[in-house]
Amino acid sequence: MTKLTVLNQAHRDAGGKMVDFAGWDMPLHYGSQKDEHHIVRQDAGMFDVSHMTVIDFRGEAVQPFLRRLLANDIAKLKTTGKALYSCMLQEDGGVIDDLIIYYIDEQHYRMVVNAGTTEKDVAWIESQLDDGVEIAVRKDLAMVAIQGPNARDKAMQAMPEQARTIASELKIFVGAFYGEWFIARTGYTGEDGFEIMVPEGEAAAFWDALLEAGVKPCGLGARDTLRLEAGMNLYGLDMDETTSPLESGLGWTIAWEPAERNFIGRDALERQKADGVKMRFTGVLLEDRGVMRCHQKVITAEGEGELTSGGFSPTLNRSIGFARIPKGDSKTCEIEIRNKRLQALIVKPPFARNGQSCIDI
Amino acid sequence: MSEIPGDLKYTKSHEWVRIEDDHLVTVGITDHAQAALGDMVFIETPEIGAEVEAEEACAVVESVKAASDIYSPVGGEIVEANANLADSPESVNEQPYGDGWIFQIRVGDTDELEGLMDAEGYEAFCAEEE
Repeated sequence: MTKLTVLNQAHRDAGGKMVDFAGWDMPLHYGSQKDEHHIVRQDAGMFDVSHMTVIDFRGEAVQPFLRRLLANDIAKLKTTGKALYSCMLQEDGGVIDDLIIYYIDEQHYRMVVNAGTTEKDVAWIESQLDDGVEIAVRKDLAMVAIQGPNARDKAMQAMPEQARTIASELKIFVGAFYGEWFIARTGYTGEDGFEIMVPEGEAAAFWDALLEAGVKPCGLGARDTLRLEAGMNLYGLDMDETTSPLESGLGWTIAWEPAERNFIGRDALERQKADGVKMRFTGVLLEDRGVMRCHQKVITAEGEGELTSGGFSPTLNRSIGFARIPKGDSKTCEIEIRNKRLQALIVKPPFARNGQSCIDI
Repeated sequence: MSEIPGDLKYTKSHEWVRIEDDHLVTVGITDHAQAALGDMVFIETPEIGAEVEAEEACAVVESVKAASDIYSPVGGEIVEANANLADSPESVNEQPYGDGWIFQIRVGDTDELEGLMDAEGYEAFCAEEE
């Protein structure tokens, strides 16, 4: 049974081309994926991300529990509303999901996980649950991401006055409550903006107010090219249960200190580090004409690897991707596309953020 | 509703065919196809001089979303490919029946043209596919 977000009718009214995404009927685009991409880099676009799942963690034992559950350390969060990006790992170091967690207070944290992984995430969390921790899966909340250089200004126009004051004071990567709303200055595009959770019953009116304020609806297609340009991983493509964060460009999200914090997957990651990680994760920029796609073969001087993500960058007007390749110093590689080998450069992401290219072409 | 010019022939794989003279045809993808595929970002045209068979994959259109094969409607020799698409792949979206043409074939057996659909037939075919 296909699931619908509370904004489904709004997407159809806006001419959304609807597709199945992880069991959800979601808009791929509303006419032109490329135009939507540029709107986010240059002005303000909005995405319905209500298919993602909000989980509240409460209780007196919530801090020690989350310090064991997550590879990043929630003890880094010291101010109310501050967010942290983390992986949740299996014992063998494979990635169950990547997520954002917000510190609300000492006995309350709020997590946002991917849509396609929700069931297994919740099952895993429940299997690990300690006494003194309760979770609530917040199916009653819708979520809209408003992104772009003008996103904050336009989104604030669409908010009730009190919410506007709260939103205007938010620092980057911090969220705050306005009643049942939760407004966070976060995103997945490499642009400034908000991700806003609202009760389902209020979502359609808020969406309409955003339209009124000149925020353009954008689909999952643009969301993918924006995150790729911004150098952000996508779960299921760039990492999954069979890869560790160390092979996925996510080493920076592992909190090794303090050494006595025994998070799930730590032993496996330490062994992997001691043995030497064989693969590196990098960005690639196609020099020849063409479009790289995930799973295409990457040939380097050190051996073969694979594209984990690939696509067309509207900002660079070139094809970009992420690749998992053997460790080494190669600065160039070849990509096998339909039995032809095309030239590509090995580059460090991001490719584009804050309306600008980050790569010299 | 997508545009389906009355003077063209059509394939089940959503190419259009314009018969220029007895043996020369121009090929592109239909308005319906370009709309379904989305913004074009790269078109791989066939090599001039290549011999192709009917229903053989001979070109590729890449949209932001995915790569799709383009099939030759008839057998013959590729005599022209649209070089402008290298810099303007969006022509396929904007003018699928005009500047967005993809290649021309010198047809081997003109009887093969008889098997193609006319505009009415293609419209019914699209409606059935929906």
